[in-house]
Amino acid sequence: MGLFQKLKEGLFKTQSKLAHEIKRIVTASPKLTSGGLDELEAALIAADLGLAMTAQIVAAVKHSYETQGRAGLDVFAIARAEVERSLAGAAGDLRRLPDGVTVVSLVGVNGTGKTTTAAKLAHLVQSRGQTALLAACDTFRAAAVEQLKLWGERLKVPVVAGARGADPASVAHDSIAAALARKSDYLFIDTAGRLHTKHNLMKELQKVHRVMDKKLPGAPHETLLVLDASTGMNALTQAREFNKSVPLTGLVITKLDGTSKGGMVIAIQRELGLPVKFIGVGEKPDDLQPFDAKQFAQALFDER
Amino acid sequence: MFDALSQRLQNAFRNLRGLGKISESNTADALREVRMALLEADVNFKVAKDFIEAVRVKALGEDVAQSIQPGQQIIKIIHDELVRLLGSANSGLALSGNPSCVILVGLHGSGKTTSCAKLGRLLHKQGRTPLLVAADVYRPAAMEQLETLGRQLELPVFARHGETDVLRIAREALDFARQINRNTLIFDTAGRLQIDEPLVRELARLRELVQPQEVLLVLDAATGQEAVNVATHFDQALHITGAILTKLDGDARGGAALSLRAVTGQPIKFAGVGEKLDEFEAFHPERMASRILGMGDVVSLVEKAAEAVDADDARRMEEKLRKGQFTLEDFLEQLRQMKKLGSLESLVSMLPGGAEMLKGADLSKQEKDFRRMEGIICAMTPQERRAPAILNAKRRIRIAKGSGVQVAEVNNLLNRFGQMQQMMKKMGKFQKMMGRMGGMPPMPRR
Ligand SMILES: Nc1nc2c(ncn2[C@@H]2O[C@H](COP(=O)(O)OP(=O)(O)OP(=O)(O)O)[C@@H](O)[C@H]2O)c(=O)[nH]1
Ligand SMILES: Nc1nc2c(ncn2[C@@H]2O[C@H](COP(=O)(O)OP(=O)(O)O)[C@@H](O)[C@H]2O)c(=O)[nH]1
Ligand SMILES: [Mg+2]
Ligand SMILES: [Mg+2]
Repeated sequence: MGLFQKLKEGLFKTQSKLAHEIKRIVTASPKLTSGGLDELEAALIAADLGLAMTAQIVAAVKHSYETQGRAGLDVFAIARAEVERSLAGAAGDLRRLPDGVTVVSLVGVNGTGKTTTAAKLAHLVQSRGQTALLAACDTFRAAAVEQLKLWGERLKVPVVAGARGADPASVAHDSIAAALARKSDYLFIDTAGRLHTKHNLMKELQKVHRVMDKKLPGAPHETLLVLDASTGMNALTQAREFNKSVPLTGLVITKLDGTSKGGMVIAIQRELGLPVKFIGVGEKPDDLQPFDAKQFAQALFDER
Repeated sequence: MFDALSQRLQNAFRNLRGLGKISESNTADALREVRMALLEADVNFKVAKDFIEAVRVKALGEDVAQSIQPGQQIIKIIHDELVRLLGSANSGLALSGNPSCVILVGLHGSGKTTSCAKLGRLLHKQGRTPLLVAADVYRPAAMEQLETLGRQLELPVFARHGETDVLRIAREALDFARQINRNTLIFDTAGRLQIDEPLVRELARLRELVQPQEVLLVLDAATGQEAVNVATHFDQALHITGAILTKLDGDARGGAALSLRAVTGQPIKFAGVGEKLDEFEAFHPERMASRILGMGDVVSLVEKAAEAVDADDARRMEEKLRKGQFTLEDFLEQLRQMKKLGSLESLVSMLPGGAEMLKGADLSKQEKDFRRMEGIICAMTPQERRAPAILNAKRRIRIAKGSGVQVAEVNNLLNRFGQMQQMMKKMGKFQKMMGRMGGMPPMPRR
């Protein structure tokens, strides 16, 4: 970097600082104390927003706090608005093809709530008067097929399954054939949990998706990454890596009925622009809600 | 899994190394760096704060000010403090009494059922007679899951399908254990939120009834800041005696481990490192700290080898790995033992920088490659295996013919072998360097 360039950058920094300070004095805004900022920073980090996101929000809050006039809102109210704004447009409903079966694949690392979410989604579309079919493509984990079958019995939704250890791609293939034959409105594919670091398992997932596309061009029409709200920074890596293997169309954040805030969603949203289609708030079929940025932002700063 | 944290800490250390004197101001930057690294690794922010404070206080202490190279002293302090926080010794299970009971508790999907089976397998190997008890009465097919795993291990499972009273299940399980002469009961319980009072009370009553020797909290290594609340609540309600950290085979940095230790004071006893039932090991704080500091996990690798191979062989292998004296003959021996050792993936991830290396590598293909390599080395004479330098074009053609591959593949193997030797030499040097630099042992042994 040339000296001149450096000088210019330095000047620019001073200048914007100065501009900020002038604006603050003109609007007669109080200066934000470091105590207030620390408290905000702690709250954001505690909600798993991550360092980068926290820094961004703190900076934005500081700026608006110091330029909004004396009778302004408190730091947390501004932060809430900031979070809400950054998540605006993050909501989105389940896709529905104009005609034919809509295929929805649920993917994610181990134990996040894929199977339960598949069942909840089947229940949801049924309550909308549409028909659903479930596919047990987790042929690896012990009793995963039985788990989904029990949900199917409970919800009166047919389940397509192969034997344990069967090729998940062939189960996916058969389930599409079944959905087409039955003229189901929706087909939900429950896949096995897999860590995004396991290359062969990610390849297996790609194959499942490839086979579906071959059987029904365009399928799966939705690929939802199921994230556990109690996950920390790794959630961003999960989203990034899954998105590379099987292009995602949205997120589901589960276990938000606990005290975890799921703050990593904000960074994921910012980086990948994926809509949050649903949140899981319990273990019952009804415990699935559409995502609401306002509520989410509110809950982020709620005391337990 | 700790590779990124290692990177941050190593950067911080690099800045520290040049210090002449330790003062508030010149350590501040480095400590801020360490704090950020810890936060990025999901260490709870309060725990991280305390950690940094402890390091700061120690760093400004007298000893340090008088030492010749204060930077190295701080590195040592950070390392020691990390080890202290993670627990300073591996503690196994305290199973006395007949029968002994272990209860596994935790959030939904953390890995309780899998760990129940893994623990059963381990205790069985240690000569105990475990009975797995299916006490998850909520999750659909939870009992079938445990039964399936029990069948795989040929271990008995106690399950009462349709029964929803956990205490009744427990009572009957205790009777059953006595009848069939099992001395250790491992209870798999349903996942629950730490704030779900009725369900946590259910566990408290179970604890009251069976009087377990161990109550282990099963925690996902990717857990974020909430790990502190989870651990605190479960500990208050159930007095946990330790923890199992699962899914360490992923790339989550596992700061939750530090958080958990800090708030409960209870040791992490085991680590889950895969979905398969043998992917389970004792948790070693020293080793974990070494991993944090970027020294890889050669000790785990060697220990794993020891389980499959005999102890002498393992020692020999470790020695060779360290000195970089590793011949094609050893390589062949290893290829053969590989099958006994488990997947290549789990092996490589234990090497320094292994997690990084694994990114984007398709190891199932490599495993196939390895079988071909085995064939190639088999086609060599013992002399060639010991001194690959003598392998001229003529010999290579003969070997290719003998093993049914192209000459290019023979060349490829020799190249790769050369690279491997290089890497191992570097590893040896790196360990020596780390030893000198921070006054740490070159390689912590259990
Ligand atoms: N509290 C709560 N629990 C949930 C929620 N969603 C799922 N669970 C529970 O989390 C656990 C794991 O859920 P599963 O649906 O089996 O998760 P999965 O992703 O299919 O797991 P694997 O197939 O084993 O990788 C179960 O005990 C579920 O009941 C939720 O929104 N809130
Ligand atoms: N990769 C990996 N997966 C694990 C590990 N332990 C458990 N799992 C997986 O995590 C998921 C949830 O495990 P489970 O034992 O059913 O959890 P529970 O709900 O707490 O009983 C399953 O898919 C397991 O196969 C581990 O150490 N590594
Ligand atoms: Mg599942
Ligand atoms: Mg379970």
